[in-house]
Amino acid sequence: AYRTDEGQPWVLPVVKKVEQMIASDNSLNHEYLPILGLPEFRANASRIALGDDSPAIKEKRARSVQCLGGTGALRIGAEFLRRWYNGNNNTATPVYVSSPTWENHNSVFMDAGFKDIRTYHYWDAAKRGLNLQGLLNDMEQAPEFSIFILHACAHNPTGTDPTPEQWKQIAAVMKRRNLFPFFDSAYQGFASGSLDKDAWAVRYFVSEGFELFCAQSFSKNFGLYNERVGNLTVVGKDADGVQRVLSQMEKIVRTTWSNPPSQGARIVATTLSSPELFDEWKGNVKTMADRVLLMRSELRSRLEALGTPGTWNHITEQIGMFSFTGLNPKQVEYLVKEKHIYLMASGRINMCGLTTKNLDYVAKSIHEAVTKIQ
Amino acid sequence: SSWWSHVEMGPPDPILGVTEAYKRDTNSKKMNLGVGAYRDDNGKPYVLNCVRKAEAMIAAKKMDKEYLPIGGLADFTRASAELALGENSEAFKSGRYVTVQGISGTGSLRIGANFLQRFFKASRDVYLPKPSWGNHTPIFRDAGMQLQAYRYYDPKTCSLDFSGAMDDISKIPEKSIILLHACAHNPTGVDPRQEQWKELAALVKKRNLLVYFDMAYQGFASGDINRDAWAVRYFIEQGINIVLSQSFAKNMGLYGERAGAFTVICSDADEAKRVESQLKILIRPMYSNPPVNGARIASMILNTPDLRKEWLSEVKGMADRIISMRTQLVSNLKKEGSSKNWQHITDQIGMFCFTGLKPEQVERLIKEFSVYMTKDGRISVAGVTSGNVGYLAHAIHQVTK
Repeated sequence: AYRTDEGQPWVLPVVKKVEQMIASDNSLNHEYLPILGLPEFRANASRIALGDDSPAIKEKRARSVQCLGGTGALRIGAEFLRRWYNGNNNTATPVYVSSPTWENHNSVFMDAGFKDIRTYHYWDAAKRGLNLQGLLNDMEQAPEFSIFILHACAHNPTGTDPTPEQWKQIAAVMKRRNLFPFFDSAYQGFASGSLDKDAWAVRYFVSEGFELFCAQSFSKNFGLYNERVGNLTVVGKDADGVQRVLSQMEKIVRTTWSNPPSQGARIVATTLSSPELFDEWKGNVKTMADRVLLMRSELRSRLEALGTPGTWNHITEQIGMFSFTGLNPKQVEYLVKEKHIYLMASGRINMCGLTTKNLDYVAKSIHEAVTKIQ
Repeated sequence: SSWWSHVEMGPPDPILGVTEAYKRDTNSKKMNLGVGAYRDDNGKPYVLNCVRKAEAMIAAKKMDKEYLPIGGLADFTRASAELALGENSEAFKSGRYVTVQGISGTGSLRIGANFLQRFFKASRDVYLPKPSWGNHTPIFRDAGMQLQAYRYYDPKTCSLDFSGAMDDISKIPEKSIILLHACAHNPTGVDPRQEQWKELAALVKKRNLLVYFDMAYQGFASGDINRDAWAVRYFIEQGINIVLSQSFAKNMGLYGERAGAFTVICSDADEAKRVESQLKILIRPMYSNPPVNGARIASMILNTPDLRKEWLSEVKGMADRIISMRTQLVSNLKKEGSSKNWQHITDQIGMFCFTGLKPEQVERLIKEFSVYMTKDGRISVAGVTSGNVGYLAHAIHQVTK
């Protein structure tokens, strides 16, 4: 979760404002939302992902389901695909997740019934970057119609994203091999500070004519973690097909949670449908993204100034909340035990944990760990 | 070509269809008796005062929006368990239970269904009363269970077929799962009497069945939360370790906030901890952690003495209004000159009433009188007001005389 420079959680100012608006609106009640969710939320959320001028939206072949966070969107998408993709109830369709990936990806697809979950090459530990060739090879070798979980931006946990040129190569292979793109978009806006930039990959795939799913989370970019605000955007070739898809997703939703929670969707819908509030929100998002970017550049410059062995440009080349530092498990253990700096055994750090007050300490500690322990 | 060419159009929701048709109707006297939500005597949705107060208190605290634990808000789950089990319950006091927050009743039922599918290896069979809430069947089916039924409603008397139920239950294979509605049976409104609950408890104990209680209307049925939870508490006292799904949609009017809970009564606190760990493993790949808003409101109400008192009186108010509409409907039918026995309308309890009307009669009610209900003759008494109960009685009399 995001933290301020004081190390505190941050409720976005625009969210506070909108919550007060909602609280004082006596015309609002707590009635059930439709099974597929709040219509104003769904439409606006998809618009954010696909762009105002998206041909898919104009042609009514992009629709969505309000879900409980990004996890809920992934799950409903997975449950649908297991029932209706590549035949009926084809649990053997391979599902590919990046190596590494958010660990819950595996469980979501497993619990949805898929029996064959594989990894595709992604992180190159030696060069601390994307193993594009490995990734493309895996796609070439993957059985036709395999499902690929792609991180739309700010890859979790590595922070390493393909460049636009690399995305183009990925898309070309996926098109030729008939692979299904399922985007996980948990950080739109939060990664670069720009909604459009962070949605570039998803929009590129849409423009290339793909049918795809995009699981959107508003936990981070709206700071609405505990309200569980998510959206599963479905892009198809034609409006009729997408309508049928949604009618089947409705059945799945009905037996999972019946209808989604109202509070978070109202906040997002109100914000996105008002030009002033929308601008205010974009400003809040940029505040968060800029702080993370600042911490990245400050950490890197300190490590380079200290002469810490190794290269540290990956700290600023990576993007989003997380960074794969490249520290090995022993070095991590040193940081945890001796320096009380908590990070994952994988060497993943949450950049949000860095503040102007602790940057020096963290940089020095990393320096110690790397010089003392190999 | 598209991946979705072979995807069939899902069937339209039967209850939604009723509301859609109602909306299109231009008759000023129209009535929507399909609605599964409480309405006040003006036919409007009702936001409880205690809910508004709780919301104001919560807003003043200026809390953050950090993720809840996977199992939900602890103050909420503890209060939910205490509400269901009773503060003096041995099971509650000893801590030999686990309660996780669920997405209202449906989500709680589904967590339980998935848990049983994964950990209750003795049987795949879930026995539902005939009839049951329409969504029970697909929930358990999607969780990987099989559905069976036991006799419950007697259409001839519009009441409980107790001997049929006991007969069927006595033949259920050992270690099967049996689902019981704790109170205000949906859709019939027919509940067992306490003596009948005692016999049912003895029988399920004898047959060694796993009991799954669905309690969606605690407080809302009789107006008394303890009375409505009597069966749940009795079963536990008899040594039956039940599993339980609770909803706060109706009794707190928190429908769209999705406040609910799933409870497993265990042998001891250690077992409860192990069960909890497995429930979390099921929840995480579904939606990671539950929504905070409804749980915070419910928790504030249950844990603040003044608010809790106010809630108890408001829930009694809702229950009383429903009971009074039942009474008025019967007396209006008599006034209309109906010679039929309508006692079941006041014998039944909760939001719903199985009128006993046949499909042809329902069709006439819809077409000739713009009174909308589901084809099985089920009405939501919540949709009846003192302003329209006379019209309803008139319409029912016309199609049944």
